[in-house]
Amino acid sequence: MTVDMETLVNRERPFRVRRGHAQGVLTLLVGSSVLAACGSASTGSTAAPSATPTAVCTGTAAAPGYKNGLATVSGQATSLSGAGSTFVAPMMSVWTKAYATANSVQVAYQSVGSGAGIAQLQASTVDFGDSDAFMSDTEIAKAKGPVVQIPLVQAPVVVVYNLPGIPSGIKFDGNTIGKIFSGAITVWNDPAITALNPGMSLPNTPIAVAHRSDGSGTTDIFTDFLTQTSPAWVTALGGATTSVGKTVAWPVGIGGKGNDGVSAVVSQTAGGIGYVELDYAIAQHQTYADVKNKAGAFIEPCEQTAANATVGITSYPADLRIDIVNQSTNAEAYPITGLTWALVYQKQTKAATAAALVNFFSWILTSGQDMTGSVDYTPLGPTLQALCIAQLKKITVNGTPVSP
Amino acid sequence: MPPPGEGGGIATVAVRTPASLLRRGRPRIADRIFGASVSVMGTVVLVVIAAMVVFLVLQGLPAMQHYGFFSFLSSQRWTPSTAFQNVSRPNPYGILQFIYGTMLTSIIGMLIAVPLAVGAALVITEVAPQRVKGPLSALVDLLAAVPSVVYGFWGVFALIPAIKPVVDFLTTTVGTVPVIGTVFGGPFFGYSYFAAGLVLAIMVLPIIAAVCREVFRSTPRNEKEAALALGATRWEMIRIAVLPRARSGIVGASLLGLGRALGETIAVTMVIGNAVLHINSSVFSQGATMSSVIANEFTEATEPFHLSALFVVGFWLLIVALVVNVLARLVARRGVAL
Repeated sequence: MTVDMETLVNRERPFRVRRGHAQGVLTLLVGSSVLAACGSASTGSTAAPSATPTAVCTGTAAAPGYKNGLATVSGQATSLSGAGSTFVAPMMSVWTKAYATANSVQVAYQSVGSGAGIAQLQASTVDFGDSDAFMSDTEIAKAKGPVVQIPLVQAPVVVVYNLPGIPSGIKFDGNTIGKIFSGAITVWNDPAITALNPGMSLPNTPIAVAHRSDGSGTTDIFTDFLTQTSPAWVTALGGATTSVGKTVAWPVGIGGKGNDGVSAVVSQTAGGIGYVELDYAIAQHQTYADVKNKAGAFIEPCEQTAANATVGITSYPADLRIDIVNQSTNAEAYPITGLTWALVYQKQTKAATAAALVNFFSWILTSGQDMTGSVDYTPLGPTLQALCIAQLKKITVNGTPVSP
Repeated sequence: MPPPGEGGGIATVAVRTPASLLRRGRPRIADRIFGASVSVMGTVVLVVIAAMVVFLVLQGLPAMQHYGFFSFLSSQRWTPSTAFQNVSRPNPYGILQFIYGTMLTSIIGMLIAVPLAVGAALVITEVAPQRVKGPLSALVDLLAAVPSVVYGFWGVFALIPAIKPVVDFLTTTVGTVPVIGTVFGGPFFGYSYFAAGLVLAIMVLPIIAAVCREVFRSTPRNEKEAALALGATRWEMIRIAVLPRARSGIVGASLLGLGRALGETIAVTMVIGNAVLHINSSVFSQGATMSSVIANEFTEATEPFHLSALFVVGFWLLIVALVVNVLARLVARRGVAL
């Protein structure tokens, strides 16, 4: 095997170059892969995709530094309770800790899962919920009033795999992933995979599919992508209504509980493949795939490529219930990127709680966005962020807006 | 018979009369309090069990009414994503595969655990040298105190890698034989009915061994010595004197173990692979048990009737546990009578 630049780049990736490290190497890589990026975006899947526009992942994502937060509402409660998504839990723990230090408001967040978060909001046992799939009309109907849904942060779901000796950067398109997860492709050297990865010698190891055994927003984002890109997946799951959701009828595979459960199955099983939130993959030093986006380029998941997932989306619905998975046509957008929504009752009854909620989310949408990089999440783009701030203004106490 | 050391004189009797009168008064109140509190405790246990059944039925009722009481048992497809509020046929919450998984893993567990446990108990009581018996016995008790999540952990990170070469050999040899092959087919990724059965075996082993040990210890010494005096070898002594008396004890111990195996949740969930869609024919493939599906899905049971269907699974788990227990007791009684 000749050691070319791509190999070097790929070797680096399982141990990602983090902020402020190895600046010399960075310059070198950036210089060489800019050229590669230009080539690959246009080649698509036909000719050998010799390199990917990985340059975008080696640098540092700039903190957005949003300053358009709402004026602090006085008379706020000193504690808040929330429940929901495990996907956002690592991010939420960074936020709640920093917020407690800066504003002496304690926010207790239970990482119980998106569905449970919605259920707890419906039962009014928490001040806010959080879900990786926005609340549907039927779910809102079961709640005790209209719900304001505010995107807080976005993050990529990555396809992790365990093939000893093979580094990060196997290239997949949506249909191939769909065939693997529906059991149509069962070995790693299947022609469909080798065609996308010329020059890479893949073993004839059987593929061990790992998926979530519990209901999950991560599953929702992942199956949303498969449903959009893989006809084979949709057919195997019996139609586009049943092929996407927090739980689907997995035809094959090993179920692991939680992101960490799936991570463990893949780490433990040679030939394993699964999907987890990026932070879990990095924490476990797992190898992960480049995925073909709408523009036809194979993109490595990272903060920057996930941030590009909303680039080019200009119109958002008024209630911000938008599906961003595989929507951007940006050449460097990682397609399996999802949002997580904070769920708050629009008509609050306690002034102190309402004030604390508005202050907390206003802080998350401004200062909080600068902290996303520390746990490999991605800040919201400026258009969406401004709309989220506007969303906060809809919250009222006894008919009066909390923040005018 | 008067207790030894009790004085017999008249003086003693005279002195004790008022005291014994008093004592006769006191026990009546104490008896009543004791009797009442014990029956309260007994009733509480019954009420709790009854309340649990009622609760399971009530919570499962919406799904049972919607899909029909027995429709859960006639299907082996669990697909909450295809459940709809106004569609009741076919039932997307078939639970046969979970009953199958629960039974299969428990059977594998018991087949391995019972002989091992009986052997271990015999070693501790009859075979091992005196100074080893104590530590060995304590070690078995210690095993019973290991939390099940630790067994699950151990199963994933130690047991599965260890058995993989052996099972890979089996799947490529026995697994390719026509008929038997469907039961032993590959590929083997570790997480499987078989791995779950193995973990269960090791979990229930100390329980069975500890009870068997006490049963074997209760063998009268003179019977053992009689056997030895007649020229029996140690094995013959065990066969003649120890095992026949212990049979019902061994069965009782096994029932205790089986109870734990049927209901064991977290360790099984960690190693069985959680494939809920249908029964996989090979013991080396992924599956699910009744308790594992509940543990996995209850937090996010958001589809129509999903949560209610999980309660139905819980209800049938209780029924299966009851039936297996009763059956095993019947078998045990007949076995003892033979």
